[in-house]
Amino acid sequence: MNTLDFTLRLLPELVLLVTAFAVLGLGCVRERRATGAQPESPRRSAAICALGLVVAGGLLIGVVPTGSLENSVLVIDPLTRLFKLVLLVIALAAVALLRECPPERHRAENFAMLLFTTLGLLLVIGTEELLVLFIGLELTAVSLYIMVGFTKSDPKSAEAAFKYFLFGSVAAAFLLFGFSLIFGFTGSTELRGISQSLRAGGIEPILAVGMVMALAGFGFKVAAVPFHLWSPDVYEGAPVPAAALIASGSKVAGFFILAKFLLLGLGGVEGAAGWGAFASGWVPLIGLMAALSMVLGNLAALTQTSVRRLLAYSGIGHAGFMLTALTAATPQALEAVLFYSVIYAVATLGAFGVVALVLRQSGGDRMDDFAGLHQRSPFVSFCMLLFLTSLAGLPPLAGFFGKFFLFTAAMGAGGEGSAPALLWLVGLGLFMSAVSLYYYLIVVKHMFFVAAPEGAQPLGCSKILLTTVGALAGTLLVLGCAPDLLLGPIGRAVSLVF
Amino acid sequence: MIAWTFISAFLGSVVLLLLPSERKALARWVALGTAGAGFAVAVIAFCLFDRSASAEPFQFVIEREWIPSVGISFHLGADGISLVLLLLTGLIAITGVLFSWNIERSPNRFLALFLIIIGGAYGVFLSTDVFLLLVFYEIVILPKYLLIAGWGSTNKSYGAMKLTLYSIVGSALALAAIMATYVVAGQGSFDLFTLAGVHYPAAFQAWAFPLMFIGFAILAGMWPFHTWAPTGHVAAPTAGSMLLAGLVMKLGAYGALRVAMPLFPEGLAQWQGVFAALAAFSILYGALAALSQRDLKFVIGYSSISHMGFVLLGLMTLSTIGVSGAVLQMVSHGIIASLLFGVAGRMIYDRTYTRDLEELGRLGLARKLPFAAVVFLIASAASMGLPGFSGFIAEVTVLLGTIQYSALLLWIVGPAIVLTVAFTLKALQATFFADVPVPAGPPLDPITLPEKLGAGLLIAATLIVGLCPMPFLNLILRSFDSPLMRVLFE
Repeated sequence: MNTLDFTLRLLPELVLLVTAFAVLGLGCVRERRATGAQPESPRRSAAICALGLVVAGGLLIGVVPTGSLENSVLVIDPLTRLFKLVLLVIALAAVALLRECPPERHRAENFAMLLFTTLGLLLVIGTEELLVLFIGLELTAVSLYIMVGFTKSDPKSAEAAFKYFLFGSVAAAFLLFGFSLIFGFTGSTELRGISQSLRAGGIEPILAVGMVMALAGFGFKVAAVPFHLWSPDVYEGAPVPAAALIASGSKVAGFFILAKFLLLGLGGVEGAAGWGAFASGWVPLIGLMAALSMVLGNLAALTQTSVRRLLAYSGIGHAGFMLTALTAATPQALEAVLFYSVIYAVATLGAFGVVALVLRQSGGDRMDDFAGLHQRSPFVSFCMLLFLTSLAGLPPLAGFFGKFFLFTAAMGAGGEGSAPALLWLVGLGLFMSAVSLYYYLIVVKHMFFVAAPEGAQPLGCSKILLTTVGALAGTLLVLGCAPDLLLGPIGRAVSLVF
Repeated sequence: MIAWTFISAFLGSVVLLLLPSERKALARWVALGTAGAGFAVAVIAFCLFDRSASAEPFQFVIEREWIPSVGISFHLGADGISLVLLLLTGLIAITGVLFSWNIERSPNRFLALFLIIIGGAYGVFLSTDVFLLLVFYEIVILPKYLLIAGWGSTNKSYGAMKLTLYSIVGSALALAAIMATYVVAGQGSFDLFTLAGVHYPAAFQAWAFPLMFIGFAILAGMWPFHTWAPTGHVAAPTAGSMLLAGLVMKLGAYGALRVAMPLFPEGLAQWQGVFAALAAFSILYGALAALSQRDLKFVIGYSSISHMGFVLLGLMTLSTIGVSGAVLQMVSHGIIASLLFGVAGRMIYDRTYTRDLEELGRLGLARKLPFAAVVFLIASAASMGLPGFSGFIAEVTVLLGTIQYSALLLWIVGPAIVLTVAFTLKALQATFFADVPVPAGPPLDPITLPEKLGAGLLIAATLIVGLCPMPFLNLILRSFDSPLMRVLFE
């Protein structure tokens, strides 16, 4: 191994690390200097973070060479490069959100945690080796535990952090145990190595146990039923920027690595999930999780009155949609899942941005707090309309195409030209997608057709966050009119992986 | 050129959204101009369409790549069926704007949503890529909701939500069938002609056809999936009811005719009897339900289900005469329903704030609004299917096709026609000509010029189609020669 090679390929991650420490250090100095009641302004930390992220992105595009190092510990191919870039952009939007609604104290630390989270996510994306993967996931998780519980004085935040921590650590234990069983069985910690050994050996009881445990760990990451219980409380209780990051960046990376783990690592033991034609392997498990997530997430969302809880349950439903495509276990499914995860992250991030603004002004995120948003802030409510309709999957927004690709991929499970084996799952998904329109429209109804309470003020919002929210909404529109802008690169990159 | 129908509508709606909301008069003129431009394009296309025997069935073809990685393309083209429906869309766009002239609450937003729906309808009628068709089909859903929930009347939240959920479930069914078709065809393309060129296994057709047909037929108001229509029509503002009855229900019928039926001829043959029976029952059920309504808009709403039943019945006869009658009935009902809703919603309800037949009877409307009375009389005559109006020729052709297919069905449809006369005359009599010695209530505002213009246009249209239907019928019949449609009649 050449140290220079390694450093060169890790440059973006190193930049993030240095930036995080710089923000942390500067924060300490300024915290000591700040006098009493006046908390320090979040502007400088935000600017440094943004600079770090942009530099990391620039290095990723311009300097980092392609290639896989040291038994896939660090894989840099077009796909990982693209998704690292996506995560850096998501982190940038999260920085804008955090700048707008920072915690009362220790603001610099919060920004540093955001960068550590991003660093962890980049590590997760950039590896095909189970141990490094686990380290990346833990770095992300620990930073997120801290971000969720950052407003110590708020009992809901503390409760959310505790729940997230308990569920997260149990999930991590399961994941690690699953990995160890898989390693014990196959003698490899690399995804491709595992797959090779599986193709030769087939499925054994011990391996099945390891597989189920690993899936439980990943199921927590992507909030799929039955490992979803933390998500409504965390979305509602956590500070909005932390919740937004969990719902967007963490989900994208979670689905990215879950899809790679399944398709690359467990290739050869897929099994089948056709109606009446189940065969053991990971596909039936994923199919079951998909069906449960879609049904429970979408039905539970119907009765929510808190918009954040609504987004949490709808997020569970969306995880189900993505798992539906993964059930097909084809490269097309991988493309569709990756495309959709980005679209979903963009829409959710934007929706959380709007929730943060409403929350700051009216102190709550119930439906009533959204009443008459249209009169208070036409632009913000218009953007929210776009986010929600994209989540609901109506054209001409990107969500429509995303869902379409997901379900088409699932339909094609048996290969082109044969009868669609997963019709039961796709039918369920399409029906649940129709159900989801109901609760999104309830929010729309409150924003546009319920009168604002007496004396309601326009939402206060900085230009930076407005631009961010507008840019996210614009992305959905542009990708809705020309989905090939994103689908094309993903397709080309995926074809290099297989 | 043909794409300018919907491009102009979408551009117009963007302009309207950007207009400041105080510029109400400007917004109305922009909308009218946009609607007029779309109609002009449709008329030009109608005139330029090459009717010679050697001409291509689909003309004005546009072929562009859109999402090549999954074989989705931007394919447009118009045959005779599309053309007559384009004309209908243009007409409803213009009259809809005219009948919305009195809207004072953010007319720019109202008209922008209205134009998006119009643009979506143009797009559906022009798409020859199945996916593109579905995109246009679904673009309409959200504006429909916003239009009704924002500007509607009676029970608008409920009506709007119900309508939207029915629409999305319908398009989800159609989408499921289309995705399955794409996979089974294995051509890597959503082009209608490519997909129609594949022979699908009979077992697949047996379930894919009903899935897709029902998906589209939900929007066409087929019993028992019709319940969105009356509540939706009643809740919607006048222009919204005109759109729903005049255009949106046609989108469903058009989707069934253009996509579901040509793709799956064997599935169609298998299910023909079931859907023909359902269509016939829709005719009877709509008429019976209309007879027992007390709300004028509900009467018209249920009559729409009855009249759309004729469209579906005509499609299911699978004879050139029956199907051409169905297409003509789409146009005819679009015109007549718009006229009826225009009178009921704009001329009457916006002045009296009631649609209860008994209360309307006490007002002595024939004396207060003589113009509205005359228009409603004409519209009723057209709706009953009196000779000279479009309803007559359309329903007679459908009935001719039905006789060829199954005389049994006439035993269901026959009584329904009598019932149609009954409920139409009842509504007419109760609304305008109830026997009251002294009319109650204050005098009402006189009918405005835009209303007169809109009503005049629609009456002229129903007379033109009724008196000289041959140019339209010939055009429709010619489109049956294309390989796509020919499979229906073999």
